[in-house]
Amino acid sequence: MKKNGSQIFVEALKAEGIDALFCYPGGATLNITDALGLSDIGQIVVRHEQGAVHAADGYARASGRVGVSLVTSGPGATNAVTGIATAYLDSIPLVIFSCQVPTMLIGNDAFQEVDIVGITRPCTKHSYLVKDVNDLARIIKEAFYIAKSGRPGPVLVDIPKDVSAALGEFKYPDKVHIRSYQPTYTGHLGQIKKAMKLIASSKKPVFYAGGGIILSGASEELTKLASMLSIPVANTLMGLGGFPGNHPLFLGMLGMHGTYAANMAITESDVIIAVGARFDDRATGKVDEFAPHAKVIHIDIDPTSISKNIHVDVPIVGNSRDVLRKMIEIATEDRDDFENYQSHISEWIHETERWKKEYPLTYMRNGTLKPQYVIERIFDITGGNAIITTEVGQNQMWTAQFYKFLKPRTLLTSGGLGTMGFGFPAGIGAQVAYPDALVIDIAGDGSIQMNIQELATAVQYGLPVKVVILNNGYLGMVRQWQELFYEKRYTWTPMQYAPDFVKVAEAYGAAGFRIEKEEDVDRVLRAAFQDKRPAFVDILVNPEESVYPMVPAGASLREMLLV
Amino acid sequence: MRHIISILAENEFGVLSRVAGLFSGRGFNIESICVAETLDPTTSSMTIVTEGDDAIIEQVLKQLNKLINVIKVVDFKDADYVSREMVLVKVSTDDKIREEVPRMVKIFRGRIIDVSPKTYTIMITGDEAKIQAFLALIKPLGIKELVRTGPIAMMRGEKTIKMKEKHSKGGEEDGY
Repeated sequence: MKKNGSQIFVEALKAEGIDALFCYPGGATLNITDALGLSDIGQIVVRHEQGAVHAADGYARASGRVGVSLVTSGPGATNAVTGIATAYLDSIPLVIFSCQVPTMLIGNDAFQEVDIVGITRPCTKHSYLVKDVNDLARIIKEAFYIAKSGRPGPVLVDIPKDVSAALGEFKYPDKVHIRSYQPTYTGHLGQIKKAMKLIASSKKPVFYAGGGIILSGASEELTKLASMLSIPVANTLMGLGGFPGNHPLFLGMLGMHGTYAANMAITESDVIIAVGARFDDRATGKVDEFAPHAKVIHIDIDPTSISKNIHVDVPIVGNSRDVLRKMIEIATEDRDDFENYQSHISEWIHETERWKKEYPLTYMRNGTLKPQYVIERIFDITGGNAIITTEVGQNQMWTAQFYKFLKPRTLLTSGGLGTMGFGFPAGIGAQVAYPDALVIDIAGDGSIQMNIQELATAVQYGLPVKVVILNNGYLGMVRQWQELFYEKRYTWTPMQYAPDFVKVAEAYGAAGFRIEKEEDVDRVLRAAFQDKRPAFVDILVNPEESVYPMVPAGASLREMLLV
Repeated sequence: MRHIISILAENEFGVLSRVAGLFSGRGFNIESICVAETLDPTTSSMTIVTEGDDAIIEQVLKQLNKLINVIKVVDFKDADYVSREMVLVKVSTDDKIREEVPRMVKIFRGRIIDVSPKTYTIMITGDEAKIQAFLALIKPLGIKELVRTGPIAMMRGEKTIKMKEKHSKGGEEDGY
C-alpha cells in the first residue's frame, strides 16, 4: 500500500521502537508534524532547537537508546548544530531529522533554506539528503543503524518538504547492509594476548577508562577485571560512573582537574590500559611528558583514536566490553601469568593508596558556603541514586570531583565540546527516559542562562528536573584562569545582570528555592528534590572559589596546583 | 612528504565533499584530485595528491577509512605503482616556431589537438617528470594557457584496489 513520506516517517520510527521525539515545528516540518500529531509517538516540543538536540542527547546518554529530534529547515537546522557537535564529540547515538525546502527549490536560496548536510558534515557520523520518497524508509533504517553501531554518533537526515508529501511504497527493511561500513567488535586475539602478557609483566599497571566503557556497557567487565588483578582505575570525565566511585581501587578522575592519585599513577605507571578513551588534551596534559615510563595498551572501537595523540604499543581495535571479557577469560585461565599477580604489584597498590590518603580532594571550610560542600551533600542526600547532568565550567568539575558516581549513565555531561547550556535540556531528555528518576542539573549562573527557556518545556510536560545553580556571580572557570594567568583582570566574566532565579522559576510555573547559608543546604535541597515540579535552587556560593587540583594548560600531569 | 592516495568510494553525491572536507578540516592542501566512475558504476575512484608528515597522513588515511561511503583507501607510499597525468597546453605561435613546436610534441609523444592561425593546443600525457620536462621546454615559447588533470595512479602487476568489504566481526545490532 502506498503511503506518503510523512506516514512512512512515522511508520519507520514506530518500527525502530521510538517512544520520544524532541522537536520544534516550522513551515518545512508541517507534513511530518501533522502525521506525528495523529500518531502515539511521544513528542516533546522544546523552546529552542539546541534544546531539542541536547534533550535527545540526554535521553540517549541516560537510556542507552538512540535519541531522536526533528527540526525545521534553515534556522531550525542551524540552531541544532551545537547539539549535534556536542553529541559527535562524545560519541552519542542520535538521529536528527531536519526538514528541507522542496527539492525543486534546493540551491535556490529559498526562504529558510540552508545546506544543513554541508554545514554538519564535519560534526556528524554520517548524513543523508533524501531525494526520493522511495529511499526514505531505507535511509531511516540505515541512519539508526549507523548512529548506534561501531563508535556511536549523530546521523542527520534531511527531508525536503515535497518528499514528506510524495507517495511511495512503504517497506521497512529488516536488515542493513552497507558494504563500506562494517565495524569491528571483537578485538584481535593475538593483540589481546600480547596485552595480557604485558600486564602480567608490569609492576605499576593502571586502567585509564573513558566514555567507551559506558557506551559499550563494559562497566561490569572493567570492575571485574580490575578487582581480579587489583589494578587501580583512573577515569576520564566521560568515564565517570563506568567504575564505581566508591571502589577501593578507584583513583578518581585524571587530567586537568584530576586527583593527585590519578595523575601520579598515570605519570609513574609502567603499563597503561586505556579502554574506550581517546587521550584528549584535557586528560593527558602535556603530551610529551604524559606517562613517560609506560607502555600503552589501547582498546578502542575506533581505529582513528589509536595513536592519534600518543604512541600506542599494543593497539586493540574492538568493542571495550568484548575485549575486556576476553581479557577476563585469559586472566582466569592463565594461572602461570596471574597466579601471584596481586602480591607482585602490591607495592604499587600501596603507593596509590598512600597518594589517595595524603592528597585527597579537599577544600577549605572557612565559614562561607562552598560549592564543593553542596555537591557532597547532593551525593549524600540522593545516595547516588540520581541522574546528574551538568553544565560546563567549575560546576562540572566540582561535580566530577565531589559526587561519587556509582553506576554508568548517571553522569550526563558535555565532555568533548564543553557546551554551556547542555545540562538542563539533557536533564529534560533523561527525565523523559526515566520519568520516576530524580534528575538534577548542576549548573552555574552563567551556563543556566544559555538554555533557561527550556524551563517552559519542563513545566509543560511535567518533567520535574531540579536545577541546582551554584551561583557565584561569575563565569567561574574563565574567572579562575584570569585569576591565575591574567593577573586577576576579570574582563567579561562578572555576571552582574543575572536575573532573580527564584522569580524566573516562579514566572514559568516551576518551583524556586534559594540557599544562602551552609546550614540551610540539606533542608532546602531535600524540599526541592521532593517537590513534584521542576525547580531552580539558587545557591549563593563563595564567589572566589576555584577548582583544584589544577594542571595548567600545556603543563604535565605531574605539575598540579593543589589547594 | 608527498603522498598519492587512492580511494574507492560509493558513487554518490556528497562523497567528494566528505573526502575533501577531511583535508580542509585539518588545514591541508590537496595538490590534485581526480575522480571518476570505475568499471562498476556504483563506485568511483579518486586519486589524491597531498603533502604531510607520516603521522598526519596516517590519521588522514584512518579518517578516510572511517567515512561511511568510503570502501577502500590505499597510500601508494610503499607500493610499486604507475601514474599518469594529462596536460593541455595552448601556445602562441609565429612563423619562427611554427615548425619547432610539432617537433617537440613528437619527441614527447604528445599530440596537437587544435590549431588556429596563432595557436597550437597540445595534449601530452605521462608521468610527472615527463610533463615537467616538456613544460620546461615549451615555456620559453610562451604558454597562453595550461590545464592539468593531476595524476591518476594504479599499482603495478597483479595487485588491485579490490572491493574487499571492510571485514565484519560481531553482531550487526550489537555493540551499543
